Amino acid sequence: MLNTKDILQTLDMIDKRHLDIRTITMGISLLDCCDTDLQRCCDKIYHKITRCAKDLVRVGEEIEKEFGIPIVNKRISVTPIALVAGSCEAESYVEIAKTLDAAAKKCGVNFIGGFSALVQKGATSGDLKLIRSIPEAMKCTERVCASVNVGSTKAGINMDAVAEMGRVIKKTAELTAENDGLGCAKLVVFANAVEDNPFMAGAFHGVGEPECVLNVGVSGPGVVYHALQSVKGQPFDVVAETVKKTAFRITRMGQLVGQEASRRLGVPFGIVDLSLAPTPAVGDSVARILEEMGLEVCGTHGTTAALALLNDAVKKGGVMASNHVGGLSGAFIPVSEDEGMIAAAQSGTLTLSKLEAMTCVCSVGLDMIAVPGDTSAETISAIIADEAAIGMVNFKTTAVRIIPAPGKTVGDMVEMGGLLGSAPVMPVHGESAADFIARGGRIPAPIQSLKN
Amino acid sequence: MKAIVTVVGKDQVGIIAGVCMKLADYNVNVLDISQTVMSGYFTMMMVADVSACNVPLAQLCTDMEEHGKTKGLSIRVQREDIFEAMHRV
Repeated sequence: MLNTKDILQTLDMIDKRHLDIRTITMGISLLDCCDTDLQRCCDKIYHKITRCAKDLVRVGEEIEKEFGIPIVNKRISVTPIALVAGSCEAESYVEIAKTLDAAAKKCGVNFIGGFSALVQKGATSGDLKLIRSIPEAMKCTERVCASVNVGSTKAGINMDAVAEMGRVIKKTAELTAENDGLGCAKLVVFANAVEDNPFMAGAFHGVGEPECVLNVGVSGPGVVYHALQSVKGQPFDVVAETVKKTAFRITRMGQLVGQEASRRLGVPFGIVDLSLAPTPAVGDSVARILEEMGLEVCGTHGTTAALALLNDAVKKGGVMASNHVGGLSGAFIPVSEDEGMIAAAQSGTLTLSKLEAMTCVCSVGLDMIAVPGDTSAETISAIIADEAAIGMVNFKTTAVRIIPAPGKTVGDMVEMGGLLGSAPVMPVHGESAADFIARGGRIPAPIQSLKN
Repeated sequence: MKAIVTVVGKDQVGIIAGVCMKLADYNVNVLDISQTVMSGYFTMMMVADVSACNVPLAQLCTDMEEHGKTKGLSIRVQREDIFEAMHRV
């Protein structure tokens, strides 16, 4: 029998600590939508998405009501479009992006991910067309998210793609200049991208995935922060244990909601992504958790160690709570989406270099970072190369989602609105890496990749 | 299927009666009640059987919430599973 304390604790987490299910994401395979004719391909894509996901939002809202827990986002991920569109006789895939946008609007989801290409070892002609279509696609769509995987532990880093992505990010920022380069907030460059990630902007439905699947992303930095407040001054063993217990509870909720949604939609349940995903709301911050461990400001010495403990404890706690764990699973550190990170960056304590170090131990990488508008494409490529190298060597997913905000300089704020938040423009090194990026080619896979 | 009904608000005459009557209208059977008054605030938790409820559960949740608002109370109906999942291994 449940006791009053347990019930009140759950209600308190939902009401005051921002506990929510961050996203239920339906992955849909579009491999059967290939066609030589672009228009026919678009028609097939539109019909398949709107057929598979027609009940997604309604079912999500029903579950929300019945369980009394908010499901903040309902989203869709699709097969990387470069694979689907490869056989189209068209030079640009912008029309497909517009189709995805229209399908997302029809289904009522706020983002659709999968305008993607996987080029870690080399690019096909379809991959190249997709990458070149990204800036225009980001400009003329609202809900489409793009991602490109440029490296992996197994393949090394495709430096030609890294160089190209620097230019693509710059172009995307220029084309969406009236919104401070908002297009770049929907574009992620990955190394070791995962195939079942439910979180945007990097979600896509991998080729090893089934026809249709439902993945869930949980959240709850506020709950962890609150739990740690009750163990002030105690050793890290206690801190880790407290985070684990909290993560377990949060994840159980995700598992329950995911199973229920998959049953009602008649779609297999994929994974729970055990992530601490912050929002710009006060009290829903990963940075504040790190500070609660005893750091004056996030970004000071000790931050990487604190984050390593947090990231690991979240996984350990969550893994027993779900029958399939996947996605990115860990603590996200998106600067613009985290109230504490924004404050730390504004105070100058949290720098790009420290964030890079933190990405060695967090779940993804340099996320939602605004840099000056005059940052060169080569510098952005070099930042991507550094992140990809961290991912490649450490067998982990890393990513770069960076916004070179047109016309903005260090100290300005970039406002993206909603869950994307606002980011202070952070300084980058002025010294050039142009000759490094101009070399092109491929950085070989590290010795760690030879496991067989 | 069981649901947990939580009622929180300023103590007043007839809270339990009001909620129970409303639930009876929907053919919901109350299985257990625990309640307490802390510094003038009334907190009640009910376990209710909603299998024979004559409206969809989501509708019941909305209606009870609305009913609560008219009396200055926060009334929530949630499936028991969520609490079970969180607090029982």
